[in-house]
Amino acid sequence: MIPGSFSYHRPASVADAVKLLSDLGEDARPLAGGHSLVPMMKLRLATPAHLIDLHGIAALKGIRRDGQNLVIGAMTTQHELLASDDVARSMPILHEAALLIADPQVRYRGTIGGNVANGDPGNDMPALMMTLGATYRLEGPGGSRDVAATDFYQGAYFTALEPGEILTSVSVPVPAAGHGYAYEKLKRKVGDYATAAAAVVLTMAGGKVATCSIGLTNVHETPLLAADAAKAVIGTSLDAATLKKVAAAAEAIMAPAADARGPVEYRKHVGGVMVTRALQRAASVAK
Amino acid sequence: MNDLTPTREQRTAALEGMGCKRKRVEDIRFTQGKGNYVDDVKLPGMLHGDFVRSPHPHARVKKIDDSAALKVPGVLAVITAETLKTVNLAWMPTLAGDVQMVLADGKVLFQNQEVAFVVATDRYAADDGINAVIVEYEPLPPLVDPFKSMDKDAPVLREDLVGKTTGAHGPRKHDNHIFEWTVGDKELTDAAFNKAEVKIKEMISYHRTHPSPLETCQCVCSFDKIKGELTIYGTFQAPHVIRTVVALIAKLPEQKIHVIAPDIGGGFGNKVGAYPGYICAAVASIVTGKPVKWVEDRIENLTATSFARDYHMTTEIAATKDGKVTGLRVHVLADHGAFDACADPSKWPAGFFNIVTGSYDFPTAHLAVDGVYTNKAPGGVAYRCSFRVTEAAYCIERAMDILAQKLNMDPAELRLKNFIKPEQFPYHSALGWEYDSGDYHTAMRKMMETTGYAALRKEQAEKRAAFARGETREIMGLGVSFFTEIVGAGPSKNCDILGIAMFDSCEIRMHPTGAGIARMGTKSQGQGHETTWAQIIATEIGIPADNIMVEEGNTDTAPYGLGTYGSRSTPVAGAAIAMAARKIKAKAQMIAAYKLEVHEDDLEFDIDGFRVKGLPEKFMSMKDICWAAYNSVPPGMEPGLEAVSYYDPPNMTYPFGAYLCVMDIDVDTGVYKVRRFYALDDCGTRINPMIIEGQVHGGLTEAFAIAMGQEIRYDDVGNVVTGSFMDFFMPTAVETPHWETDFTVTPSPHHPIGAKGVGESPNVGGVPAFSNAVNDAFSFLGSTHIQMPHDFWRNWKAAKDLGAVA
Ligand SMILES: Cc1cc2nc3c(=O)[nH]c(=O)nc-3n(C[C@H](O)[C@H](O)[C@H](O)COP(=O)(O)OP(=O)(O)OC[C@H]3O[C@@H](n4cnc5c(N)ncnc54)[C@H](O)[C@@H]3O)c2cc1C
Repeated sequence: MIPGSFSYHRPASVADAVKLLSDLGEDARPLAGGHSLVPMMKLRLATPAHLIDLHGIAALKGIRRDGQNLVIGAMTTQHELLASDDVARSMPILHEAALLIADPQVRYRGTIGGNVANGDPGNDMPALMMTLGATYRLEGPGGSRDVAATDFYQGAYFTALEPGEILTSVSVPVPAAGHGYAYEKLKRKVGDYATAAAAVVLTMAGGKVATCSIGLTNVHETPLLAADAAKAVIGTSLDAATLKKVAAAAEAIMAPAADARGPVEYRKHVGGVMVTRALQRAASVAK
Repeated sequence: MNDLTPTREQRTAALEGMGCKRKRVEDIRFTQGKGNYVDDVKLPGMLHGDFVRSPHPHARVKKIDDSAALKVPGVLAVITAETLKTVNLAWMPTLAGDVQMVLADGKVLFQNQEVAFVVATDRYAADDGINAVIVEYEPLPPLVDPFKSMDKDAPVLREDLVGKTTGAHGPRKHDNHIFEWTVGDKELTDAAFNKAEVKIKEMISYHRTHPSPLETCQCVCSFDKIKGELTIYGTFQAPHVIRTVVALIAKLPEQKIHVIAPDIGGGFGNKVGAYPGYICAAVASIVTGKPVKWVEDRIENLTATSFARDYHMTTEIAATKDGKVTGLRVHVLADHGAFDACADPSKWPAGFFNIVTGSYDFPTAHLAVDGVYTNKAPGGVAYRCSFRVTEAAYCIERAMDILAQKLNMDPAELRLKNFIKPEQFPYHSALGWEYDSGDYHTAMRKMMETTGYAALRKEQAEKRAAFARGETREIMGLGVSFFTEIVGAGPSKNCDILGIAMFDSCEIRMHPTGAGIARMGTKSQGQGHETTWAQIIATEIGIPADNIMVEEGNTDTAPYGLGTYGSRSTPVAGAAIAMAARKIKAKAQMIAAYKLEVHEDDLEFDIDGFRVKGLPEKFMSMKDICWAAYNSVPPGMEPGLEAVSYYDPPNMTYPFGAYLCVMDIDVDTGVYKVRRFYALDDCGTRINPMIIEGQVHGGLTEAFAIAMGQEIRYDDVGNVVTGSFMDFFMPTAVETPHWETDFTVTPSPHHPIGAKGVGESPNVGGVPAFSNAVNDAFSFLGSTHIQMPHDFWRNWKAAKDLGAVA
């Protein structure tokens, strides 16, 4: 559990970071909180020759309002997300999900940028970002571009990031006032990735679901948006028959790997249970 | 007497002796990060060694090419079995009478086995070197399932043993067979089963797990060529045994070997054995002339140094219709992995598993254990339990529940009906032990009353009805466990390690100012010996515990002892401490008599000194006696106040306890909640109630982990899949249930202070309580036995198999 040797760079601006990344090529990797990258380096599953530490770039920090969006700098830590009143008030599901990531030590270091850029299906933020309709700002040698979270994930550890690009911020539309939300995560212990997790954001009108979006964590090689399942709840009052149908629709798109958390059949089954429970809880807190 | 004269209570309290909740003195340095662990040892010019390990569970090693590795900057040497053969150390003896490869000799037998040792100027260079060693393997078919190990066509693992029809413990039935161990009267037992009114039979597995102490196994070896002396700093639970083993296998004079165990960050049995890392670091130091450090990482610790358990116990009980047990028959298939490196007293290949009759009056019993080889890591250590006692307790406690279910009887009631009665002690068990003391009925009834057992059963019945009506998806289980441990190995008549009797020792030296130092053959790994040992001395001789310094772990200064494991420290060294203190006290009495000008018999000991009987004002404090010991001893007496005791216990001690676990399980996810856990322990005389409580909390937490998910698991082709804390269940404070502790006190009649040992009881008694709770929860759905570990997905699977989940 000892990493190989690497050289360390600490640029002071996004432009410098992008330049370093493009100059050094394939062997260079951005370093954010290091809580996904460094464990992989210790196992020598990742052996970057150059680490480009993003901590020296002030522009990558902070949470601000931009009209109807919250814009969160990539280097904002999970702890800072939890400390933000604006997040707690306008986007409580982000607060709830951040609190379910690892433990306080990890959250002091781990960043939202690293979490969404990592491409590990076990990360909690990606499915949530898809559920909330977030977009990521990417900056590279050719300038900047925005990519929707729903278009970002292509396979395990395989994303829309092009060589030389870094993710600089995440822009999240603030959900409607009175929305209901829940992030249900089944894990074996503190510090564990989800056996299965479901994010739900919905609005209710007259006791019936008016809008709904459902995201799924760690039940496929990428995070998932369960569009069919979400469609199936619109106009219902989440009666038992509907919930059963919705869980089945969500399970239909899951393809988790068997691991120590359980066999495929179990992980899909509890994936469905997480969807059901998240829907029920979201509806109960909607106004 | 004036107001300032301390009362008897104040004088007693000032000693902080036995029974006092004295705060742990060692915690001052531990909680400030000022402990001194092996990895803190940094010697001038020190090198670092690390292992190339096998990716294959079973393969022939065709070639090891170290040429690229030797070119890595900082790499100085690559040691292989060929190097070790030049000093006759390619193989080493195990504590169980087997031999073990130090480095792969022609073959590897488990994944992550040590293949080569790379020595470099720092740890990074050593790891770079490891990655540059090229090993050519020819994979062989792996043997993973112990039940297939003795098949006709099973691959032969130990080619070194081919043709040997006898092993260290008698005949071998197959090339992959290690030993068969039988105890008890087979004929009588068979007869009991033949006429039994009721019988149960179940294959109860106790899965492979690992002690996983916070600090991994490590050492620093430093060979001084000029003096010909070898100094070893290491994470050793038994430093003296290590010294003797090194003397025997390295053929060094024992006085020239200095073994030092500094502070140790947990052991739980993992640090009893000798590992290839120690040998390689020692050889590397001899070869390079420099100190060499070896520090295991977490993956190595979990996958290569000693595992625990892996017993598959086919268990049968014969009983009458009204629930009186009449016979017990157990066959164990013991998976020892690639080498039998089980840490048991030498003559006990299955440890004290013959305590399997538990707390019950079985008129007859028979036990057979078959040990076999598989392509898994070697070991078989007692993970916070006396040798194989936790396996035995799990076996009988699970089986009693299965019998209760068959008889449609309450499990607590069945136990009460079959307990050994107080008047039967000392009790001779059908499998050969003499239980020293016990009052099981009182402990069990106290548990039932304190927890409101009857009301809990009523609530369970209501919940089951609600579940049947579809009103809840939660099921409730009550896990009763009543265990009897056997600890304090052990009497020289039946216990030795490599021929050394399992006594333990204490040396006390009192200084002129009324202070002293005490050294023992034991070695604390977190048990708090520095605190409790001083408390025994304080009560025995009347010097405040704060004035006694306790020192362990340096073989040059401590008297020879067999170390700390198997809950043996208090039963054996604790007795030696009391006996040494009594020798001090006897000499002190003679000095006091001389100084007070009376006959010795006219004196009586009074808390912190001697008083002349009938003349209360004529008193000499122990503090003053210490001073006198250095200037005015009676004529003819040697000055000084010191004593040594080597204690060979007449018997083991038998702590016991009554535990109850109340658990709720959500059948849709398998997620459980431990609603309540009550643990009543009887460890005889209680030296420090606070330390006992701490030990019980720690042991219960481990028991919880083991029962509910902690396992070392191999896939079908022999890859170990639980090599890190991501998958090896190590609960945090968040998952850990709240513990309620309680006690009764039944002193050991043969121990000088009546103490029995407690460190391991909660692991031994806890595992069956958790497992019985899960099994009890599911029993109304028609199951009789669900194997551990009871993690979420397996609970869900049980519910599904029983038709409770669609
Ligand atoms: C014990 C433990 C438990 C954990 N449990 C959870 C959990 O339950 N849920 C969860 O979601 N996470 C969990 N994590 C992961 C943690 O949240 C990480 O912090 C997170 O995944 C990555 O963020 P980071 O800032 O640490 O990124 P790093 O580890 O520094 O980087 C991760 C990857 O993203 C790349 N990267 C980082 N920032 C950028 C950027 N701005 N632009 C482009 N690429 C970038 C890096 O090059 C690297 O490939 C856990 C981690 C640990 C150690």
